Amino acid sequence: MARWIKWTIGLLCVAVIVGAIYLPILRRRMARAAKLQQQTAEQARRELTQAVPVNPGEPKVKAKFYWASGNGDGSLVETTIELPLSSEPVLRSKQVLNTLLAGPVDAELRTLPPDAVLLAFYILPRGTAVADFSEALATAIPSGIQSEQMAVDSITRTLEANVPQVQRLKILIHGQEVETLAGHLDLMGTFVVNTKSVQESPAVPAPVTTPVTTPVAAPPSATSPASTRKPAAPSTDKPAATPPTAKPSAGALTPGEGPGTLAQPEREL
Amino acid sequence: MLLDVRNIVGTKRRALGRNGIRVGALAFSLVPGVLALGFYARTLAKTPAAPFRQSSTTPSPLQTPSQANAQGTPETSQPPSTKAGLNVVVLDPAHGGTDPGARGTGGIRESEVVLDFAAQVRKALEAQGFQVVQTRQGNEDPTFDDRSAIANAQTGAVFVTLHIASTGLPGTARVYVNWDLPGTTEAGGVIPWDRAQVPFQGLSRKLGDMVQGLLAQRFKGSPNLAQTAAVRQLRTTAAPAIAVEISSVVVDDRADLDRMAPGVADAIATGVAQFRPSYVVASTPGGTP
Repeated sequence: MARWIKWTIGLLCVAVIVGAIYLPILRRRMARAAKLQQQTAEQARRELTQAVPVNPGEPKVKAKFYWASGNGDGSLVETTIELPLSSEPVLRSKQVLNTLLAGPVDAELRTLPPDAVLLAFYILPRGTAVADFSEALATAIPSGIQSEQMAVDSITRTLEANVPQVQRLKILIHGQEVETLAGHLDLMGTFVVNTKSVQESPAVPAPVTTPVTTPVAAPPSATSPASTRKPAAPSTDKPAATPPTAKPSAGALTPGEGPGTLAQPEREL
Repeated sequence: MLLDVRNIVGTKRRALGRNGIRVGALAFSLVPGVLALGFYARTLAKTPAAPFRQSSTTPSPLQTPSQANAQGTPETSQPPSTKAGLNVVVLDPAHGGTDPGARGTGGIRESEVVLDFAAQVRKALEAQGFQVVQTRQGNEDPTFDDRSAIANAQTGAVFVTLHIASTGLPGTARVYVNWDLPGTTEAGGVIPWDRAQVPFQGLSRKLGDMVQGLLAQRFKGSPNLAQTAAVRQLRTTAAPAIAVEISSVVVDDRADLDRMAPGVADAIATGVAQFRPSYVVASTPGGTP
């Protein structure tokens, strides 16, 4: 074998060994750098957005917050804290939500991830509020129906207790409408916050009795199996259950009010 | 003599220089390729398992033969029931594919556990005489709408979606139903797809309470009645629909969850069987009760 071939093979072997040793180190460094950058961005965002000016001249009020009970059953407990809250609804909402995000003294009772940040909050006419949270709310929350529902319940019940002007709540993640919070809970609609006000002046179509012949509209995706369904025909007699017309509870979802319809009340006014 | 030695040394140096250039050129041209190959091999080793890979190579003790031979399309159990009324149960093991759902520190993945639970529930339902349709057989991830569409295409079906929580008291099980969806119809009496659950909320509540009551008997600490939650999967389902969530993926040993499977399966099958008389089935798929 020619000497230069031996040299080549030798060099290649050395290069492979060096590469095998160095590449994992390089990847670890890159991952560390990316994580550091993400944390820095999150911290910067928190500094920019979370500082809600509190006027010391505002009278202190007993604000109610809802955090986990710690029973493991998804229930919430009310905690009262004296805070100088603004009388302006948007500012007041930001103050109570930031306090909710900051969490209780016992971190085990948190309902929202510690990294989550309220990016924006505004209230549309007719009391529909829009809360825009950072991505951490969706990515850092424990995945599951119970944990996701508890997070939304803690937000809606805290708003209900402290900001009577908010009747419904739309949750956005980083400015975007998302289908679910973390794979389970529906975020496409608005959540009922103030049950009394919603009952008095419904902003969504009132429940109607569904005729027995009602077919279901086609799914958004034409490729789904239901696209081959036949039209519905009247069912047999005696409806076993009537469509519920129960009063909505705080945190209940009203899917009719997506972002597309949220703008409607503004146009009306 | 001295000149000769210098000539010899010079010749050798030139030869060595030429060889060095060849070696260098070859090394520079080949090293990136070798490194790229090494990197690609590492990436391949870290890629998630291909569909059905795990179920075919390491079958779980909970798996049924039908699941071991799973295919990507919804599978209907045999024989189909000829009874009138409720006879189909659409079983939905949640998540799958690139969406593992809840993940425990011990490596437990919700998408895998619910698939094994579904096999147990399926057997229990078939033993009660129900025809079972699964929304996924292996490691696929159908969309929410695709899963609902499978149920909406059936006549006389109920829908049960299976989940494992990442919170909650370990060893308990909860049933969730949609409840506060506002009822509405579009012009022509068509229920919008995104509110297909509306006419079935009362029935879903009834089914949910029945199953939850049976789960509470088997798993201490579970509530006695179904809970209300805005579960996305249920909203577009035009059938009595419930979500069953078992706690939780945080258990140290996967066997702790697997031990719950027979009880969960029995509670669901018995609950659906008890619910059967109260469901007056529409004569066409997607029809309201």
